[in-house]
Amino acid sequence: MSFDVNIIRQDFPILAQTINDKPLIYLDNGATTQKPNAVIDAICHYYRHDNSNVHRGAHTLSDRATGYFEQARQTVKAFINAASTDEIIWTKGTTEGVNLVAFSWGLENLKAGDRVLVSQMEHHANIVPWQMVCQRTGAELVPIPVTEDGELDMDAFKALLDSRVKFVSMVQVSNALGTVNPVKEVIELAHQVGAKVLIDGAQAVAHWPIDVAELDCDFYAFSGHKLYGPTGIGVLYGKQALLDEMTPFMGGGEMIETVTFAKTTYNKLPYKFEPGTPNIAGAIGLGAAIDYVTALDRKAVAAHEHDVLQYALERAAGYEGFRLIGNAKNRAGVMSFVLDGAHPQDVGTLLDQQGVAVRTGNHCAMPIMDHFNVTGTVRASFALYNSREDVDGLFNALDKVKYFLF
Amino acid sequence: MSSVFGVDITSEDILENLSFFDSWEERYKYIIDLGKELPAIDESLKVDANIVRGCQSQVWLVPTVEGDQYFFQVDSDAHIVRGLLAIILSAFNGKTAKAILDFDVDAYFESIDLIRHLSPTRGNGLRAMVSRIKDAAQA
Repeated sequence: MSFDVNIIRQDFPILAQTINDKPLIYLDNGATTQKPNAVIDAICHYYRHDNSNVHRGAHTLSDRATGYFEQARQTVKAFINAASTDEIIWTKGTTEGVNLVAFSWGLENLKAGDRVLVSQMEHHANIVPWQMVCQRTGAELVPIPVTEDGELDMDAFKALLDSRVKFVSMVQVSNALGTVNPVKEVIELAHQVGAKVLIDGAQAVAHWPIDVAELDCDFYAFSGHKLYGPTGIGVLYGKQALLDEMTPFMGGGEMIETVTFAKTTYNKLPYKFEPGTPNIAGAIGLGAAIDYVTALDRKAVAAHEHDVLQYALERAAGYEGFRLIGNAKNRAGVMSFVLDGAHPQDVGTLLDQQGVAVRTGNHCAMPIMDHFNVTGTVRASFALYNSREDVDGLFNALDKVKYFLF
Repeated sequence: MSSVFGVDITSEDILENLSFFDSWEERYKYIIDLGKELPAIDESLKVDANIVRGCQSQVWLVPTVEGDQYFFQVDSDAHIVRGLLAIILSAFNGKTAKAILDFDVDAYFESIDLIRHLSPTRGNGLRAMVSRIKDAAQA
């Protein structure tokens, strides 16, 4: 198999439109990716033919909906190489996954004197839940420093590791910088001091195959919508032994076995962490997205994405006034930058007028913005349907931005 | 204090000038150029109390009263926002409380076709700015 970006683009109907009379160049994939027809059709098909509540009704539609819903869980299990579907918990997205672990595992296992480590480049979703739980338990949240280039400072990390560290929660690919963290090594080192590890894979899953068994992480969280799937659905993977010990932090229907006013016993995994009616269409859509991605030649996709990102960085290197924010050797999907003398918001507005979609601002990662002494950046983030032509389009549009602002 | 906006350049002037432009390039160039004419405020005024919340970029607003006239010093770290601030000042700067409160800002934005070109976030920032100005006039 091989990969032809022009053929792939035809799978994504939204890309064939103009914005302000210019062909859309969509470079905001770090925020959310576009959806292929396979995903859109799966969701429509579900609502047209199979819609029903799952695990409940005594009728054909409910059986069918339940079947597709659980089949999607099976698809996720195979996609990340989990040991069992009991380890695959549906969430709204990465944020809920982190909150679930912080509140369910953290409240029960953390106490004063303990430490939770997160990196300085985390998204707020992997800072705030830990802050909340540390405030309640008396544990301490400690940031792992990042180097000048925007890489994890491994020496500093090793120096922080001691018996006080009970949990390490870290992003695999930084949404603000594109840095790829050496998570396998991080997990090994954390385990040596007895700490558990959660990996935030939101920005990683779309780019290469994830193998939780090989990583040996205790938890892994990601979102469907950054993997060509729908919004409002995500996955938390957890090792079964840990999930078994944990008490749910949200209660409701479906997650129980028996309820009396005296006592409730919980359902088995994974349902004990899934109170209420789940996002059934979302799960089915995510299953379709994973089927779509895995049917591609993923090595060829990764090579293509690498080529486009490298080309963007090459063009950036010779571009006057362009300051790259984050210069990690190992990076994926993201080019974050400022134009000297231009506010990122102005750059974003003027790019949008030319059909180029980027994100501007602090990217929900204020601590790493502080580290680089900027209030925000312009972020171009790439997906498999982007091409070298898109990169040229971005830089042509930047020429015009400069004409306006300087 | 001696800003040209609202005094030499009125909201009518802004409307008239913008009506000449056909392309987005001309409109934005004009807005950015207006921003360049806006005097920067003193660094000492760029304090938290003067920040207008609801804006993606940093925006500062300092009202002063001279007799029955209200004057506003404004600034932002973004060029386009400075231009938008100049457009707002053209309507409000140097006016009486009554004129400020009576001014139909929605119709103004509508007639310059401005809100449509702004993201909801930035539209909210503009509205936050206008309500701070009206609050000052009401005080």
